[in-house]
Amino acid sequence: MSTILIVAEHDGAHLNPSTAKCVTCAAAIPDAEITVAVCAAEAGSVATEAAALNGVTRVLAVEHPANAHLLAATLAPQIVALAGNFTHVLGPSTTFGKDLIPRVAALLDTAQISDIMAVESATRFRRPIYAANAIVTVEVDAGAKVVGTVRTASFQPASTGGSASIEKITTNAQIPSHTRFVSVSAAKSDRPDLQTASRVISGGRALGSAEAFQTLYSFADKLGAAVGASRAAVDAGYAPNELQVGQTGKIIAPELYIAIGISGAIQHLTGIKDARTIVAINKDSEAPIFEVADVGLVGDLFQIIPELERLLG
Amino acid sequence: MKRILVGIKRVVDYNVRIRVRPDASGVITEGVKMSVNPFDEIALEEALRIRERGAAEEVVVASIGPVECQQQLRTCLAMGADRALHVQADGTVEPLVAARILLKLTEREQPFLVIVGKQAIDDDNSQTGQMLAALWQRPQATFASKVELEGEKARVTREVDAGLETLEVDLPAVITTDLRLNEPRYVKLPDIMKAKKKPLETLTLAALGIEQRQRLKLTRFEPPPQRQKGIKVKDAAELVATLKSKGLL
Repeated sequence: MSTILIVAEHDGAHLNPSTAKCVTCAAAIPDAEITVAVCAAEAGSVATEAAALNGVTRVLAVEHPANAHLLAATLAPQIVALAGNFTHVLGPSTTFGKDLIPRVAALLDTAQISDIMAVESATRFRRPIYAANAIVTVEVDAGAKVVGTVRTASFQPASTGGSASIEKITTNAQIPSHTRFVSVSAAKSDRPDLQTASRVISGGRALGSAEAFQTLYSFADKLGAAVGASRAAVDAGYAPNELQVGQTGKIIAPELYIAIGISGAIQHLTGIKDARTIVAINKDSEAPIFEVADVGLVGDLFQIIPELERLLG
Repeated sequence: MKRILVGIKRVVDYNVRIRVRPDASGVITEGVKMSVNPFDEIALEEALRIRERGAAEEVVVASIGPVECQQQLRTCLAMGADRALHVQADGTVEPLVAARILLKLTEREQPFLVIVGKQAIDDDNSQTGQMLAALWQRPQATFASKVELEGEKARVTREVDAGLETLEVDLPAVITTDLRLNEPRYVKLPDIMKAKKKPLETLTLAALGIEQRQRLKLTRFEPPPQRQKGIKVKDAAELVATLKSKGLL
């Protein structure tokens, strides 16, 4: 049997959807028994949400004042203290998991498998390398612990309706005080979250200015879509970095992705490979984005966007 | 001496079109342009700026790999690093092994700051900095977009999924760099000449007491599945009609 520990990502009130995707990945491991660890100051509602994920057997609520903010340095020793009896330790390949899981792996003296996109067996996985220009099959020796991050765009979230047990647990971990949370500035928005939205509209450098980029928002609102950006648009200052889609930004898998004025550098395409339908609007008919687009429209985005908005009324 | 250690990796240049070997044994790296991993270049630039502000006295740049990575170390010396360490290692160096090597170098060099890129653009692992911090039992501030040093502490702004997070860490610490931290300088010709005279020391794994263990077997490399080329529509109205017919609107 594989006993799998998933480190929950949450904001103190709600579970991040990345955790439900980790559960789906874990459930693909043969004969899996899945435990979710919720490290929080008060695990309450987050633990309840985790317990409702189908496939989860048990939720460990690790409550500690130091867990008010999820810092890798303070979480890692706690996860290590829990990890002993598990064959697998998984977290999401979000900035949360990417920060934490390698620290856990090193403390466990275990190699880590990053960005798991497919499960072939309990010890064999597939992952993208070179900005997803190659897929490598990675295998660990039977009996070795598997520590990894889950590429969330490759898995659907686990369904809810389950009722796993919730167990409060304390660890004897030494929690360091050398790393302290100061602040987080999140752009508050009523729009759908870029990483989980079913529709995403992204803008590129061709928008030409931050003002022009703003026009994407009203278009996105018409569609109930999240807004993303290419690295070029972020570098040019048209959009904040948290909107960046691509190798070094967010990897997303919406049902509909509309790329506006994005040429389609390979690093950007890495972030949208799992989108169900890609639409490209660009005035350059030779732009590489058209090589991957399901539907392409060559033309002036400054004329097309208002027209689309009008048509969508 | 107040010293910063920067780790850099020799990787296939980001402009190279990656091709998988027909026998699935790896990615073709012969005859392709190799460069300093772009994130590591940002790490070096940050270290140089800290030194230029007077908050550090020496920048030591280290690379682990075959003898060819001395070319990238020379580039870093030309950018302004004071000296270079080349840790000779052939074949795959897993992040945990790299972290153990860097740990040995921190014991040797006693830096107050180690800066590395947040990921290498070849294996895309994003592990080494965090693993070093764990083994060193020191703080980590990953995906940094701003670094402010205040005495024995650093205040680091991090690019996280939600936006920007600020941490305060005691020094020494490990910082991994994100793209927006800075824009690395260009190397000038006279600096390339000068770099040839700067010290570059080669170390062996045996001398460092490191075993190059490979625990992950990379059994098969494949090109990614290609998306089918789609259709072109002539105007916004046809686009909307097409998306409606696919049930997407």
